[in-house]
Amino acid sequence: MSESQKAQKTAEAAEVSNFTISEEELAAAMERERGELEKTWARPTGVWGWLTDTDHKAIALRYIVTAFIFFVLGGLEAALMRIQLARPNNHFLSPDQYNQIFTVHGTTMMFLFAVPIMTALGIYLVPLMIGARDVAFPRVNLFGYYVYLIGGILLYAAFFLNTGPDAGWFAYVPLSSAYSPGKRVDIWAQMITFTELSALAGAVVIIGSVFKMRAPGMSINRLPLFVWAQLITSFMIIFAMPSVMLASGLLASDRLIDTHFFNPAEGGDPILYQHLFWFFGHPEVYIIFIPGLGFISPIIVAFARRKIFGYTAMVLSLISTGFIGFGLWVHHMFATPIPQMGQSFFTAASMVISIPTGVQIFCWIATLWGSRLNLKTPLLFVLGFFWVFVLGGLTGVMLASVPLDLQIHDTFFVVAHLHYVLIGGAVFPLFGAFYYWFPKWTGRLLSERAGRLNFWLMFIGFNLVFFPMHQLGLNGMPRRVYTYLPETGWSTLNLIASIGAFILASGVLVFIINVVWAYRAGMVAGDNPWAAESLEWAVSSPPPNFNFHNIPVVQGRYPLWEGIENAPVVRGLSTTKREALVTSVMDAQPELRFEIPGPSIWPLMVALSAAVMFIVGIFTPWAILTGAILAGIALTCWFFGDPNYENHTARETGKKSPTISPVSRPPELQPKEI
Amino acid sequence: MFRQLLLCSFLCLFVASCKREERKFSQPPAQFKSYDVTMSDVHPGSTGVQQPVKSASDEHAYDTNEGKRLFTQYNCSGCHANGGGGMGPPLMDAQWIYGSNTENIYSTIVEGRPNGMPSFRQKIPDAQLQQIVAYVKSMSGQLRKDVEPGRTDDMNARRSEQRTERKTPQQTTAPPQ
Amino acid sequence: MTSKTNTISRICQCLLALSVSSCGGIQNAVNPAGPQADSLSRLWWLMFTVCSVVFVLVLIAVLLALRNRTSEPPANTPPLLELPPEQQRRRRNAIISAVTVTAVILFVFLIVSYSAGRSLTADLAHKNGLTIDVTGHQWWWEVRYNDADASNIFTTANEIHIPVGVPVLFNLHGADVIHSFWVPNLGGKRDLIPGKNNSAWYQADKPGVFRGQCAEYCGLQHAQMALWIVAEPQDQFNAWRQSQTQTSMTPTTDSQKRGQQVFLSAPCVMCHAINGTPAGSNVGPNLTHIASRNTIAAATLSNTREHLAQWIKDSQSVKPGNKMPQNNLGEADLQALLDYLQSLK
Repeated sequence: MSESQKAQKTAEAAEVSNFTISEEELAAAMERERGELEKTWARPTGVWGWLTDTDHKAIALRYIVTAFIFFVLGGLEAALMRIQLARPNNHFLSPDQYNQIFTVHGTTMMFLFAVPIMTALGIYLVPLMIGARDVAFPRVNLFGYYVYLIGGILLYAAFFLNTGPDAGWFAYVPLSSAYSPGKRVDIWAQMITFTELSALAGAVVIIGSVFKMRAPGMSINRLPLFVWAQLITSFMIIFAMPSVMLASGLLASDRLIDTHFFNPAEGGDPILYQHLFWFFGHPEVYIIFIPGLGFISPIIVAFARRKIFGYTAMVLSLISTGFIGFGLWVHHMFATPIPQMGQSFFTAASMVISIPTGVQIFCWIATLWGSRLNLKTPLLFVLGFFWVFVLGGLTGVMLASVPLDLQIHDTFFVVAHLHYVLIGGAVFPLFGAFYYWFPKWTGRLLSERAGRLNFWLMFIGFNLVFFPMHQLGLNGMPRRVYTYLPETGWSTLNLIASIGAFILASGVLVFIINVVWAYRAGMVAGDNPWAAESLEWAVSSPPPNFNFHNIPVVQGRYPLWEGIENAPVVRGLSTTKREALVTSVMDAQPELRFEIPGPSIWPLMVALSAAVMFIVGIFTPWAILTGAILAGIALTCWFFGDPNYENHTARETGKKSPTISPVSRPPELQPKEI
Repeated sequence: MFRQLLLCSFLCLFVASCKREERKFSQPPAQFKSYDVTMSDVHPGSTGVQQPVKSASDEHAYDTNEGKRLFTQYNCSGCHANGGGGMGPPLMDAQWIYGSNTENIYSTIVEGRPNGMPSFRQKIPDAQLQQIVAYVKSMSGQLRKDVEPGRTDDMNARRSEQRTERKTPQQTTAPPQ
Repeated sequence: MTSKTNTISRICQCLLALSVSSCGGIQNAVNPAGPQADSLSRLWWLMFTVCSVVFVLVLIAVLLALRNRTSEPPANTPPLLELPPEQQRRRRNAIISAVTVTAVILFVFLIVSYSAGRSLTADLAHKNGLTIDVTGHQWWWEVRYNDADASNIFTTANEIHIPVGVPVLFNLHGADVIHSFWVPNLGGKRDLIPGKNNSAWYQADKPGVFRGQCAEYCGLQHAQMALWIVAEPQDQFNAWRQSQTQTSMTPTTDSQKRGQQVFLSAPCVMCHAINGTPAGSNVGPNLTHIASRNTIAAATLSNTREHLAQWIKDSQSVKPGNKMPQNNLGEADLQALLDYLQSLK
C-alpha cells in the first residue's frame, strides 16, 4: 500500500470515529425510518388486498384459523361416531354414513388440520425467531395457503353432497379402486394432491428462510430448537409427500383411465399401494409430531428460566428421529405376506426410534429439574404431553413387535395408540403453543382460569375416551366398525369412551370461548409477557409488518438473555423497497441484500388453475389440458411480472430520507460494505 | 347481500345431495310389467306414443357398478363375455335387436328371447334387474360418464364402460342369425 | 348328530352369555386357547409390565421435577444460563444411564419378539395337521376343507370346526378386497389379499367356541363379517366332517319338498349351492348343511327360524348394503322354504 493511500485510510478512520449525532436527532431519524418502513411494508386493504396479501403473519393466521375450523369439523365427525358406537346395534348412523364420516374424520385431521397448523406456526414464528423481515418466498407461501383452502373446500363440499370418500383415510386398494363406485375416492385422491402441494410449498419456504435469512451471528448451532424442528419437518415433507402423490395419482389413474398398477389379474399388486402410501404415511406422523416437540422446548426454557439441557443431543435427536422415521413404514403392513425376516428389520427400527425421543424427554426433565416453575397454562399442556405422549409411545413399542402386532393391528388398540401419540405429541403441545404465543399474535393474554379449565377438561376427557380403547382392542373389537353386537361385551367401555368424547369436546369449546373473549378483552401482553429468550419477544405484540426495524446481531443461543441490548444491529437495508438480508448457511455471515416480493394476485391464479386441472379433471380429461395452459399463463405472469417490492409512492415523488451513517462504533463492528 | 347469496346457494347444494352417489339398498319393484313393452314404433289408432321409462338406476353409480358385478355373477358373461358377440349378441355396440330403452332391456331379460336368451323371470329380484339394465346400457356408453363403472380387478379385454364412447342405438328388426 | 349339534348350540349360548364380562371372554387376545395365542399373550404381559414400570418411573421423574413450584411469574425469576458443573455432570450421567437402560430393554423386546414370531411361523406340517382354505368375500367367509382324497373335500361358510390339539394350516385368499382373518383366542391376524397367498397355523388346545371377526376395513358391512371356530375333540370333529362331506338331505315331508321347489325356482338358486340339487352357484355361501351351523349372516344372527325368515325376506334391514337382495315370497312359500332349509343338517 502506498503512502498516500495509507494517509487516506487514517483520515477516513478519524472522520468516522469523530462523527457524532445527538440523541434527539437519532430518535427523529429512527421515527422517520420507521414511518417509511411501515409505508413500504404496508399490507394491502379491501377484498383485493385480502386476496393478494403476502405478509407471512397474515398468511399464518389464516392457516391457523382455517386449520382450527377443520379441527372442529373433524371433532364433530368424531362426536357423531362416538354417538353411534355408544350402544350396540345403534341406528343413529347408517353404515354408509358412518363409513364416510370416519374417512372424512381421518382425512380432515391428518391432512387438513395437523400438517397445516404445524406449518402455520412455523410460518408465523420462524422469520421472527431468526431475525428476518419476511420469509424467503412470500408468494409461494400464499400459493400454499390457497391450494390448501381449495383442497379443504373440495373435500367438504363433496362430503355435504354425499360424495365424501368412504374407503378410509388411507384408502387401500382394491376397495378404493374397483370396489368404490362413483366419484368419492377420486375426490379423496385429488384432495391429497392439493394438501401435498400446500405442504411442499410451506416446506420450501421454511427451508429457504431458515438457511439463508437468519440474522447475522445466528450460526447454525445457535438456531432455536423450534426452528430446528420446523427445518427437519420441512425436509421430511419434501421426501415423503411425493410418495403419497404417487400413491393417490396411481389410484386415480387406475380408477379413471384403466391402468392396472394395483390390479393383480393384470400384473399389478395391491401391496404396492400400501408400500407407497405408508412410505409417506409413517413420516407423516413424524411430520406432525416433530413440530410439537419444537413447541415444547421454548415453553420449557421460558418457564424453567434455564437454557435447555443438552442442546446438541436435542438437535441430533430431532435429526435422527426424522431420518429413522423413513425406515419404519412396513410396521403398518405386518399382517401381509411379507417375509418375517424383512418385517423384523422394521420391528428393530420402530423400537430404535424411541431412543432419540427418549433422549429428548430425559433432557426436558433435566431442564425442569429443580427450577422454580410457575405452572401457567402453557406449562400445564406440556405436562399433559408427558403423560399422554409417553403412554402412547410405549404402546407404540408394543405395536412395533411383529407377533404382538398381529393381535392388536387394526383394532381399537391402534386407535388408542395413534390418538395418544398424535393428540399427546401434537395437539397438547399445540394448545400449549396457542397459550404461549397468542399474546405475541394479538397483543393480549388468554385467560389463565379458562386455560386451566380447558386443560383439565381436555386431559380428563381425552383419557376417558381413549384409554378404554386399549382394552377394547384386546377384547377383539376391530377398527372401522359402525356397530357391534351386544353379546361381545364391548358396550360399557364404548359408553365410557363416548361420554369422555363430550368432556373432551367441552374442553375445546372452553378454548374457543377463551380465544373469542381474550381477543378483545384479554390482559394487554406487552412485548415479552413470559420474559422469554428468543427473538420474537424482542418486537412488539403483535409485531410490525416488517418484523424488525433494526435486525440485531445475535450473540448466543438465547438472544434476549445474552446481552441483546448492547448488540450491534444491521443497518443499510432500504426503507423504500422491501429488502431482507441474506446470510450464509452455516455461520450467518451477511452475503447480500434481497428484494422481497410484495402483494400479488398470481398465487391465487395459479391455485385456481391447479383447481381446474385436478378437480374438473376427475370428470373430463380435457380439464387437465385447459388447467395446464391456464397455470402456464399464470406462472409466466408470476415470474416475469413486477414483483411489487417497491414502495411506489417513494419512487414517484423521489423523496427518500438520508440513511444514517454508522455512529461511534469501533471499525471492526461496522457492517461490511456490500 | 353477497353473504346471503352465498349461504343460499350453499344450502341448495346441500339439500340436493348428489344423485349420482345415492345408494338405495332396498329398491321398490319396477313400475312396469315386462309384457307391456312394445316392440314397434307403429301404433294403431290414436293411442299416444309411450314415453320411455326413466330408471333412477341410470343416474346412480352404485347401481351400475352392482349391475356389472351381477352381470358376471349371474353368468350373463357366459354368453355375453367381454361385451358379447361370441355365443350371444354383442351388447356394447349400437345394434339393439329388441330395443334399447330401459323397459325393452328389462323385458328381454325377464321374458327371454328366441335362440338362446333364457328367461330370468322370478330368478332375479326387481331391484337387481334394474341395476343390470343400467349396466347393460352403460356397456354401449348410453349413460353419463361419471355414472358408468370403471375397470374391474380382472383381466380386462376392453376399455371400461366409463371410457367407452357413446354409440347411438339403432334398432334392427331382424333377430340374430 | 342332532344331539351333538344341540350340545354345541348350548355351549355356544352359554359362552355368549359368559362373554358379557369384558376380561377373559371369547374373542379376547389375552384369553389364549392355543399355543400361538399363548405365546402372544405372554409377550403381551411381558411388554405391558415393563412398559407400565417405565411409564410410572417417567411420571415420577416429571412430578419430582415439579417440586419447586412458585406462583411468581417467570419475569420475576432471572434466567440461569450455566448450571454448576457438578449438577451438569450428574444430569448427564442420569440421562446416559436412562438411555442405556432404554436401549437394553428395547433389545430384549426385540429378541423376545423375534423368537415369538419364529414360533408362530414354524412349519408344523410334520405334525400331520389339517389344511383349510379360507376365502374372504364381501362380507362372508368361504371355507373349504382340503384333503388328499377328493371325496373328502367340502365347502362351507362362516363356521369352522377344528380338532383339539391338532395344528391347522389356514390358506388365506381374498376374493374381492382385502380382508383380515382374526380369531383372537387362537392367534394373530393375517390379511387376505387378492392375488396373494397368505397362510397361518392355528391350534386349539382346549375345546370351545371362539369368535373371530374381519379386521381389515372391507366396505359397508365390515362390521358384521364375523366367524366362529368350534374346537372339538377329534372324534366329534371326525363325525362332523363326515356329515359335511355328505350330499344334502333329501326332503321327506311335503312341506320340505315344496320348500326345495321354492328354492330352485326363486332367486336363491342364482347364488347359493346345495349339493345334490341343481343349485350349483358359488356366488354366495354354500347351504348344503346350513342347519348344522350355529349362526347365519356371517355370525350376525343366531340360526333360528325367525332369524332365517327375517334374513330371507329382508336381509337389508339386518346388514344394509350386503349382497343378498330382498325376497318377496308368499307366506306359504316362505314357511315351506324354511322347513326345507332347517332340514339341511
